[in-house]
Amino acid sequence: MTEPATEAIAQQQSTGSLDARGDVGDARSLWSDAWRAMRRNPMFWISATMIAVFILMSVFPQLFTSTDPARAILERSREKPSSEAWFGRNIQGYDIYARCIYGARASILVGLLTTISVVLVGGAVGVFAGYKGGWVDSLLSRIGDVFFAIPLLLGAIIVLVSLPRSTNYWFIILKVVLALTVLGWPSIARLMRSSVIQVKPNDYVQAARALGASPWRVIRSHILPNALAPVIVVSTINLGGYIAAEATLSFLGIGLQSPAISWGIDISSAIVGLRTTPHMLLFPSLFLSLAVLAFILLGDVVRDALDPKNR
Amino acid sequence: MTTTTTRAAKKAVPESRYVPEDGLLLDVEDLHVEFHTADGIAKAINGVSFQLRQGETLAILGESGSGKSVTAQAIMGILDMPPAVIPEGKIRYCGQDLLTMDPEVRRKTRGPEISMIFQDALSSLNPVFPVGWQIAEMFRQHRELNKSDAMNEAVRLMERVQIPAARERVKAYPHQFSGGMRQRIMIAMAIALDPAVLIADEPTTALDVTVQAQIMALLEELQEERKMGLILITHDLGVVADVADRIAVMYAGRLVETADILPLYASPAHPYTRGLLESIPRLDQKGQTLAAIGGLPPNLMRIPQGCAFNPRCRMAQDICRQDRPELREIVSGRFSACHFAEEVIDA
Amino acid sequence: MPEVILEAKDLVKHYPIKTGIMRRTTGHVKAVDGVSFELHKGETLGIVGESGCGKSTLGRLIMRLEEPTAGEVVFEGLEMQKASTGDMRKLRRDIQIVFQDPYTSLNPRMTVGDIIGEPFEIHSEVVPKGGRRQRVQELLDLVGLNPEHINRYPHQFSGGQRQRIGIARGIALNPKVLVCDEPVSALDVSVQAQVVNLMEKLQDELGLAYIFIAHDLSVVRHISDRVGVMYLGKMAELGTEDEVYEHPTHPYTQALLSAVPVPDPTLRGKREQIVLVGDVPSPANPPKGCRFHTRCWKAQEKCKVEEPQLIDRPDGQGAHRSACHFAELRTIVETVDVTQVEPDDRFAGTDVRDPSDAEAAADVPAPESVNEHVAQDRNLPGDATTMVQNDEGAPDRREI
Repeated sequence: MTEPATEAIAQQQSTGSLDARGDVGDARSLWSDAWRAMRRNPMFWISATMIAVFILMSVFPQLFTSTDPARAILERSREKPSSEAWFGRNIQGYDIYARCIYGARASILVGLLTTISVVLVGGAVGVFAGYKGGWVDSLLSRIGDVFFAIPLLLGAIIVLVSLPRSTNYWFIILKVVLALTVLGWPSIARLMRSSVIQVKPNDYVQAARALGASPWRVIRSHILPNALAPVIVVSTINLGGYIAAEATLSFLGIGLQSPAISWGIDISSAIVGLRTTPHMLLFPSLFLSLAVLAFILLGDVVRDALDPKNR
Repeated sequence: MTTTTTRAAKKAVPESRYVPEDGLLLDVEDLHVEFHTADGIAKAINGVSFQLRQGETLAILGESGSGKSVTAQAIMGILDMPPAVIPEGKIRYCGQDLLTMDPEVRRKTRGPEISMIFQDALSSLNPVFPVGWQIAEMFRQHRELNKSDAMNEAVRLMERVQIPAARERVKAYPHQFSGGMRQRIMIAMAIALDPAVLIADEPTTALDVTVQAQIMALLEELQEERKMGLILITHDLGVVADVADRIAVMYAGRLVETADILPLYASPAHPYTRGLLESIPRLDQKGQTLAAIGGLPPNLMRIPQGCAFNPRCRMAQDICRQDRPELREIVSGRFSACHFAEEVIDA
Repeated sequence: MPEVILEAKDLVKHYPIKTGIMRRTTGHVKAVDGVSFELHKGETLGIVGESGCGKSTLGRLIMRLEEPTAGEVVFEGLEMQKASTGDMRKLRRDIQIVFQDPYTSLNPRMTVGDIIGEPFEIHSEVVPKGGRRQRVQELLDLVGLNPEHINRYPHQFSGGQRQRIGIARGIALNPKVLVCDEPVSALDVSVQAQVVNLMEKLQDELGLAYIFIAHDLSVVRHISDRVGVMYLGKMAELGTEDEVYEHPTHPYTQALLSAVPVPDPTLRGKREQIVLVGDVPSPANPPKGCRFHTRCWKAQEKCKVEEPQLIDRPDGQGAHRSACHFAELRTIVETVDVTQVEPDDRFAGTDVRDPSDAEAAADVPAPESVNEHVAQDRNLPGDATTMVQNDEGAPDRREI
């Protein structure tokens, strides 16, 4: 018997039958505990509100503005913010406020879709590698390393350039998602793998095996639920990163291109007036930063909630 | 050989240390420790008083959560504050209160005056430095010895704690030693500066039984040789029976019984001690029926009113649920915190 | 003597040691190296030994959580290693396991009902779907927990209560053999007694046979009918509780017994202490001949060359199995028979219920933040990332 262990146990044991609290007796899963902790954190509400607004913006941009973002009024090009165009107009005479609102869609779409596909691909590879071990693990890990070694932007440029060109909005979005997934999956795979390797030797996994549970059952009900927490945290933070990556690619002209609307495109076209008309640059950049920040904040909050030691 | 012995003898009681004539090294008085957390205040220690004299071995016995380790950490001054808070109490070392002492001065008592051994030697030793270097560092910092002298002292100490081939292994790293050897190295570091008080927090719990016996024998020997006051923190009634002079039994952050070793085992004066003794299986008995103390130790955030042990006590009466019994002298030298101590002792 | 229900024949488990980038096998850790024993119906066989002796690996081999390098386990005449998938599935119902660490043996994301009910999910033929919940509640009741707590999660229970849940899962399928790997070592003394008593009660009621693996010789003596002492992957001595504890003939057993502290200060200095020199050699490179000869005070030339067999050797009273060329009785423990002595129930009882749990649906363990501070250096199960760390200090937690 070890003292730290027993000290801990005692604390757990310190249940005492004289408990005066009323809310006892109900089942408290670790997820519900985490949710409770999260709700107590004001940062959660701030980041969640921001994310909710961005998502709403990307689904129903009309709610936020009635101006057509594609209506160019060239004679008003580079107009400063006014009551008519809150954020002013850019070089083409577009309404910057409307462009910012409509630009959210590309960012949120790319962020969410990339995260989903990275988690699916990376997660599956990671679980498989971690659970199987041996040469399967070595092989998958080395393949992951190869992709990991490619710089994100450089790799994305290669992927995007090598895919057929098209001006279809959805096609380009999916191309960007694909490029980011190809380069992004190894980080999640690694994380998932190490997480699975940590969970696997736990006695409850052994107990399930001893009961004759199938590998699928062991993975589904014992390993995955316990290995998922770090992946959730990192994926949330990464989502912000993908949004930034999308903007960067669009900025460089290899992601979305006009006439599609994206913060990256607007930032790129605003560079010309950096000194004379900084508002053209300011507003799309601000939206981009806020969106990235919101997800990174949420990731932090989730981590704190899932890891009681950081509380 | 003669030189080393005289040196050792000279150092056994450094001239600088003032030990009161009655040999009273440590006097803990009404110590309280609380942990302030987001979920509330956990009262880990609720008024603990005891004394330790030169050459004496005091065992603090308790189960997990009883506060025995926190007591040790409070004496050593290694509690993390916050979250720990010491709202009340005095810890006098040779007459001086450690709690009100200047932190810098107090820091300097750790090692030469009061020293501690931990349960987990592997995590207590720094994995990136050779063990000899780590022991030598103590001498270089506190005694300002030069490098080679310090290293020689380290070897001498490692020999003293019976590490075979000490001179060859002085440059080895902690992970290259077995659990028992690492614990010896920890002991070497703890006694390096000839402390007057040595606190051993579960020193053998992580070790195998044959190694455990070796380590306890070594500790006893060193204590005898250096006239240290030894505080042995443990949950193991067997280990205590082998080495302690006096026992203090802790429960829910209080002492429930203190006594000399023989009378305590012969006739415990507190129902908790009594129950503990009956719940351990004994190697030298067969056909034994184990009796268990039902229930669990209390949550330190909600310690029951009255006697903290009352929900688990089979003797508990109404008075036990209302009035908290103070630790009082039952027979000469025997203290118990039970309203019915006289009945328990005669049982 | 009742019939043999399980037999281990010359079990061997070697783990390859791989080094270098090419992962070449450069040696083997001989965790279990030729262990044979038999288990009778309804008895408790204790397996004792220090860390690294291979006792936990032995348990895993018996459970077939690992495949042995050589040797076999025979259960009711069926050789497990050769059993078909279907036979193995059925076999799983008959042999179950209870683990040491109550913190890692229960899935923190499942309710107690799901944990104890999982055996029925996997072996769906045992209890029809509609009756499972009730069966789980009966099991909770059987192990002395409040059946109403079926929807709670493991972290809402104390260490001792969790161990009861682990036992309930173990006995859910009505096994004939329960392998218990250090089931009480992580528990506090007062809680340990509760769980030991519960296990004894269950054995009486259900006719289970236990393989009780532990490092605590006192607990093993208390619960076992027969005892095997392991050293470095081999069985050093095997006999009934009386034979091993009162008539030990193997020097290692004798040293082990003499080192166990007895909670009786009047015996201080009176008990004979055999202090072994040195440490246990590495199982990757065990000594030739008798494994114990490097630390044995009786070792002769013969011991360094010839490996002693585990055969019946005289113990002064009769004979029992011992693997020493110079097996000889040496009484270490003066045993007192207290079979007739009733424990003083004024202070402690033999009731196996968990009173704190049964009497009130009102127990909430201290919040994790408190544990963090009071339990300084133990990572508490809280989420996946902290959950997976195990306590390094525990002897024999996971030997290779």
